[in-house]
Amino acid sequence: MITEYQNIFNQVQVRGPAEMGTDDYGTLMEERSKNPVFSTLFGWFANAQLGPINLGMAGFVSIASGIVWLNIVGLNMLAQVDWSIPEFLRQLFWLALEPPSPEYGLSIPPLNDGGWYIIASFFLLFSVMAWWYRSWQLAAEQKMGKHVFWAFGSAIWLFLVLGLFRPILMGSWSEAVPYGIFAHLDWTTAFSIRYGNLYYNPFHCLSIVFLYGSCLLFAMHGGTILAVTRYGGDRELEQIVDRGTATERAALFWRWTMGFNATMEGIHRWAWWFAVLTPITGGIGILLTGTVVDNWFIWAQEHYFAPEYDGAYGYDAYRTYEDFIGKE
Amino acid sequence: MLRKIFALPDWYDDWNQKDPVRYTKAIVFAILGVAVISVTTIIVVIHPYGTDSLQTGPRGTGMSVPEFKFDLAKPDPDIAKLAEIGDLDGDIIKAMQAWTGIPNLFEDPDSYQYAVGAMMIAMTQNINENWDGHVNANGEVGVTCYTCHRGQAVPSEIWFTIAPVTKATAGWASVQNRATSLSQSTSLPSNALESYLLDTQTIGVHDLESRVAGVPGQDDYPGIQHAERTYALMNYFSNSLGVNCVFCHNSRAFYDGGQVTPQWATANLGILMVQELNNDYIVPAGALLPEERLGPRNGDEPKVACKTCHKGYQQPLQGTNVIGDWPVLQSTEEVVELP
Repeated sequence: MITEYQNIFNQVQVRGPAEMGTDDYGTLMEERSKNPVFSTLFGWFANAQLGPINLGMAGFVSIASGIVWLNIVGLNMLAQVDWSIPEFLRQLFWLALEPPSPEYGLSIPPLNDGGWYIIASFFLLFSVMAWWYRSWQLAAEQKMGKHVFWAFGSAIWLFLVLGLFRPILMGSWSEAVPYGIFAHLDWTTAFSIRYGNLYYNPFHCLSIVFLYGSCLLFAMHGGTILAVTRYGGDRELEQIVDRGTATERAALFWRWTMGFNATMEGIHRWAWWFAVLTPITGGIGILLTGTVVDNWFIWAQEHYFAPEYDGAYGYDAYRTYEDFIGKE
Repeated sequence: MLRKIFALPDWYDDWNQKDPVRYTKAIVFAILGVAVISVTTIIVVIHPYGTDSLQTGPRGTGMSVPEFKFDLAKPDPDIAKLAEIGDLDGDIIKAMQAWTGIPNLFEDPDSYQYAVGAMMIAMTQNINENWDGHVNANGEVGVTCYTCHRGQAVPSEIWFTIAPVTKATAGWASVQNRATSLSQSTSLPSNALESYLLDTQTIGVHDLESRVAGVPGQDDYPGIQHAERTYALMNYFSNSLGVNCVFCHNSRAFYDGGQVTPQWATANLGILMVQELNNDYIVPAGALLPEERLGPRNGDEPKVACKTCHKGYQQPLQGTNVIGDWPVLQSTEEVVELP
């Protein structure tokens, strides 16, 4: 039975009365939905209990302004296809709400050339900031540390660099990222190409290291804990304060493997810092681009880390076109 | 015994013990097994989607142009059609009629086709004489009417302006984010060809020093939008020739003239050539065309670009010499005697 329970999809769902939390001050039910529900579907993936949700004023404001942002973007897209719903669906991935044209600099542009973008961005900023505040508020209410708040803050740093700080430093809102599926990908490619290849930006390198490192640490930690669950390793908090055989075995495994092991508590600090440093370093890299460095490849050559390659350019040096196409 | 040798998993024994005879499942598993083995064999042995590649730069840069072998094995069908037309005993008028698919070309002096045709002869002679560096970069091939027309009165792969692509927006927002023929079905700008191959705006967007101060869109400091429009043009180049970025560039430093292939220089001559052809021949000739030949969106003249000749191949007609038999089209000094 227990082997079936320990699966990525929980096949056994034990269900009792809803867990409502410890109500130390009698204020727990304020700004909170009343009746939790249970979902078998949710139970397959995680906890089957849904709610009670504490949306609060900050959460309400955040969702409301987020909906305004989404509607401004959507209605602008719809206007671009002359209010045709089928065209809207067909072109959805191509459509976008673009930032102003470069000639407007940091001034207020007409609505149809970036004005709506500025208004929508204001609502998005408000929405994200309200949600950020909420993550502080809910942690404070439970007398928790503010680790989630600061982690979300690191993502917001990157968001603000892209949409606010860098455009202001560049003197033009036109540098901001468009709201559109393909359009923001076009922006990303064009940004890298325009500034001489972002792969030669050392902060971009660091960001990639932390991103991939986060994935690696996540997999190593998840793997380790699952592997020692049979010895109580899944009770990580108890193992932190009262190290048992699960921790001993996990630590020994990694010392055998690579001579070194994280601690039961420290692995979570490693993971948190790797995750948080991904957008922090990424944001620094973006902020320096166009403001301090305009061509990262040339910058890399100046700092001696763009390698030289020996060999000729052009297919003529390697084989002929006639040979390639199989023609005499 | 068998279990000891093959160490069959418990579930397999359980399954057999509980319900040993399940023909349906056995058949399903047998079919699936045969299918998996067949597909694997086909992929490994026959490899129907096998590729060949053309190395275009130093080892370590990853520079190569891949092609499916079945595409490489199939010559451009237009080469055979040209051979079918033949040399027509050297009669240039008959040849031009066949190449353009206009059977009565140059028979009626009052026809607009007569006047346009005369301009096109001058254009062809100009290309063969003055754009030798682009056209004959890999050996004598030359161009004739057939290079573009391929037996059709209106050549394929001509283009018309289509920007703006939305009415609800202005500025850069109005020229992009639609899947169009000119954006190569991307969301990149749809006005790249008119900006660079008709108008002659600067294609390069890079700064040639590590730090160059400027405000985007001012003082010749290109913005993200300029980079996107250049990228749209490069997508068009790529599709026109059936190649990728690294046919010309080392993609780690697109701007760097020290890391490009000889094909980059050939392409640059091609850009200048197309700009001249559009502005000196095609657009003026377009003024003579009837209305139904003009652009459906903006009523502009049909224009040429890379794909009008190349049609998806690295070299038009895969490098077939089309001019050899027709010295009369080779030089602007020559005169084609029109009826």
